[in-house]
Amino acid sequence: MITIFDIILRLACWLLVAPLLPGIINKVKAWVAGRRGPPVLQLYYDLARLWKKSVVMSTLASPAFVILPAVAWVALLGAAMLVPLGPAGAGLSFRGDVLLMLYLLALGRFCTAWAAMETGSAFEGMGAVREVSYAVLTEAAMVAAVLSLSVQTGSISLATMLAPPAGAGAILLAAGLFIVLLAENCRVPFDDPNTHLELTMIHEVMVLDHSGPPLAVILHGAAMKLLLFAVLLAQAVLPMGRFGPFASAAVLVAGVLAVTAGVGVVESLLARFAFRRVPLLLTTAFLLCLFALLVAWKGGMS
Amino acid sequence: MKSFVLILVPLVAAVLAALWPGNRTRPLLLPAAGTLHSLLAFWMFLDPPAVAPGTWLGFDPLARAVLPAVSLLFLVCAWYGVAYLKVRSERPNRVFVAALLAVLGLLSAGLQARHVGLLWIFTEAVTLAAVPLLHFNGTPRAFEATWKYLLVGGTGIALSLLGSLCLGYASLYGGGQGDLTFEALIAQGGGLSRTWVLIAWVLLLVGYGTKMGLAPMHTWKPEAYGEAPGIVGALLAGGVTTVAFSAILRVRSVVGAAGEGLIADCTLLAIGLFSMLVAALFLLGTRDYKRMLAYSSIEHMGILTIGASFGPAGVAAALFHVWSNGLTKGALFLSAGNIRRAAGSPSMDAVRGMALLTPRSAAIFVTGMFAVTALPPFGPFFSELKVVRAALETGHWGATAMFLVCLLLAFFGLTRVVFGIVDGRPRAATRAGSQRFVETAGVILPPLALLGLSLWLGLFTPDVLVDAWSAAVSQLFPTP
Amino acid sequence: MNSNLNLLIGLAMGLNLLALGTGRLPALIRAMSAQGVILGVMPVIMEHELDWRVALVALATMVGKGLIIPALLRRATRAVSIDRELEPIIGFVPSLLLGAAGAIAALALTQVLPLMPEHAGSLLVPGALATVFTGFILLIGRTKAISQVCGYLILENGIYLFGLLLIKAMPLLVEAGVLLDLTVGVFIIGIIVDRIQRAFDSLDTRKLTALRE
Repeated sequence: MITIFDIILRLACWLLVAPLLPGIINKVKAWVAGRRGPPVLQLYYDLARLWKKSVVMSTLASPAFVILPAVAWVALLGAAMLVPLGPAGAGLSFRGDVLLMLYLLALGRFCTAWAAMETGSAFEGMGAVREVSYAVLTEAAMVAAVLSLSVQTGSISLATMLAPPAGAGAILLAAGLFIVLLAENCRVPFDDPNTHLELTMIHEVMVLDHSGPPLAVILHGAAMKLLLFAVLLAQAVLPMGRFGPFASAAVLVAGVLAVTAGVGVVESLLARFAFRRVPLLLTTAFLLCLFALLVAWKGGMS
Repeated sequence: MKSFVLILVPLVAAVLAALWPGNRTRPLLLPAAGTLHSLLAFWMFLDPPAVAPGTWLGFDPLARAVLPAVSLLFLVCAWYGVAYLKVRSERPNRVFVAALLAVLGLLSAGLQARHVGLLWIFTEAVTLAAVPLLHFNGTPRAFEATWKYLLVGGTGIALSLLGSLCLGYASLYGGGQGDLTFEALIAQGGGLSRTWVLIAWVLLLVGYGTKMGLAPMHTWKPEAYGEAPGIVGALLAGGVTTVAFSAILRVRSVVGAAGEGLIADCTLLAIGLFSMLVAALFLLGTRDYKRMLAYSSIEHMGILTIGASFGPAGVAAALFHVWSNGLTKGALFLSAGNIRRAAGSPSMDAVRGMALLTPRSAAIFVTGMFAVTALPPFGPFFSELKVVRAALETGHWGATAMFLVCLLLAFFGLTRVVFGIVDGRPRAATRAGSQRFVETAGVILPPLALLGLSLWLGLFTPDVLVDAWSAAVSQLFPTP
Repeated sequence: MNSNLNLLIGLAMGLNLLALGTGRLPALIRAMSAQGVILGVMPVIMEHELDWRVALVALATMVGKGLIIPALLRRATRAVSIDRELEPIIGFVPSLLLGAAGAIAALALTQVLPLMPEHAGSLLVPGALATVFTGFILLIGRTKAISQVCGYLILENGIYLFGLLLIKAMPLLVEAGVLLDLTVGVFIIGIIVDRIQRAFDSLDTRKLTALRE
């Protein structure tokens, strides 16, 4: 009984809180630019509006075009269940669950890319190619970050892994994970979520042909992914083990808010990088996580 | 005290040259300082002052064995310099004369340095002081050569600093108190940390080997020697390489005391043979007679290194070769400089028939070439013979065979180029150039003198010199 | 004290990677000079008693590496209006990866080298080796003369870092050696770079190919 209650609460948390984050980011961007900007709850209204519309489908697309966004969303929700929410712990936790989380995120990406290519249009294919080629480097960085955390704590279960490393390692890890967050969630400087210029879209172009409920599902899934990465980053960097349950929950919320605001500020201040410079930035993220791993390893040895 | 005067005389003369107003009278400072320096050097050679143990700078047996050669070379080149600068009177020679004198002073200091750090400081200072000399000609090619020299040489100097620091750490790790004189390091002997000594040896060999021009760090040499005036080439080939070689010898004695003498000898042999091979192969292909001299210098640096790897007898032979190589190369560079001035081009394709245009320089050039490829009775024949004997006595048959093959290949390469420019009928372009170049006594007598000295060294090697070399060997291989 | 030192050295090693990854010359010059300033501060931190000579040389190093040399280099970049390295011989991502591999190899190598007990936990030796390697990559892999000069200066920084190991036992010689090297070398390099620019009207060392065998 209590377990079902626990899972429902958890689901509610992830599902209901996630659309808040893009709204916060847009508000921060507007505030930096001196505007008032859209309301923070804008994405909720958009999702409700999209849900009532009907689907427009290309004659070339198979039913997978509608099914895959749902599969991706379920995968993301599954990954979210594995991530611990501060003192509340994770919905599901076992040894090696971090690998399952990484694979579920990859499954989500795969489904989105497949759905993009269903329409047979060249633009979507181009976007899919760019997205997965960035993913090669971001996954390397993620794996390095995961390794550094697990070497630090000696476990490969998310519930016990997310403790910040000492000193310099925390800063390196934070920087690396933040760059990975920006890349995975298609934020500036990797991809501009506001652009619709044909040659510059990456994620936007993949969802260009979706409409109605599948589009709502995709947008919600993207928001959940952002929340997932923000929660991971906050827990990997902030020392929550020190506080009591309520204090650490508050610290977690503050951390997620800080990360979101940080994304907004970065989006306001930076412009998109030219494509040829992106591998350099992603390699830097990889190296930062690698050096966090080295610091953890060396700290363990000396 | 006298060792300081030996350093100060040229340095004061350099400052004087920098301040001297007259462009035409400034070159006279060169033979003035050179004569003083040589007199002092030979006085100290014949009546060596006692060197107190633990001093950082002193006229010790190794300095006594080679410094007079450098001094003699400079003296003769200085007299040549007066005539040369008169021919090149269109260029301001303030920096040139000052740099030449500074190089002499710093070479004297470097040869007498008995402290690891001081040795490095003076070698670096020589590297930097030689830079204005290299681009005296002011052409874009000269700048290119200087840039390469600075980059490669600078990297070599940096590596030798790192090696010196590693040697210091080896001493510190073994309980040393921070005394980095070579004596103290040798005394620490087996106490030195062997890992660090080996690391230091590799770095110092590469670093000082770059200054000597050993392959594969030789890439700056052909261009630098090719574009610099002949007098600069003579000094670099005879003087700067000597200080680098003496540095390697000093370090090798520390490495030997630490117990890694076998590895040191193997690496020296390998790098020496490699240098000879590279030089011989390039000599077979080059078409520029000034670069040819650079390759010949690389080859002889290889011979020095090979000699140094054969133990006490080999080192004595190498020290003999320092003298004979320096003097003979000096003659070659100076006469090549004359030919270059007369012909207007350094390439074999454009230059022919110099025997008719500059007969005396061509004769010296040809004789010098034969001397440097070990024709008896010149000096290099006897010194190379001693190296081969040392090799055979220590049982290095394969190395000896390779050594002789490389000498043969070098002989082919050298004769090909030298006879190419000396024989035949001069082209119209070269004939026009040579009208402007007159073979005065000032430019002929110095290389002739050097050639004569090389001959005298071969025929009548004075016992004083042989004793000096043996004393240096005893200093480098101290019996425990 | 040791952890403070390690933090500074870690920062210096991070600057290495920054220098390797950037194609903009002003950023390279800034990374090199920041590294020089950090290294200049280190002897003051290492020595417990503040010897006036050590402090003076540290100050001179910081002024030289932090102000004078970057000013000279920036003047050279402005003179030729070059501020980018467009086609390096070793690309930016490969040189970044090489530099990181070098840093890791340096850390691994240091485990094997015999170190005195007070140096065992410190990052001095790996930092020195990694910085020397970075300097080499820049020297070999870049085509613009100014990038090569910066590579040489980073090489110097690495050697200086290694010299800090000996600073208690043989203090002044280490400092004087590097200082001499640095000042006179850069002075002359500065002049040569100026002359090359005037002779060739560019600072692309690939144009220096007139002399070939």
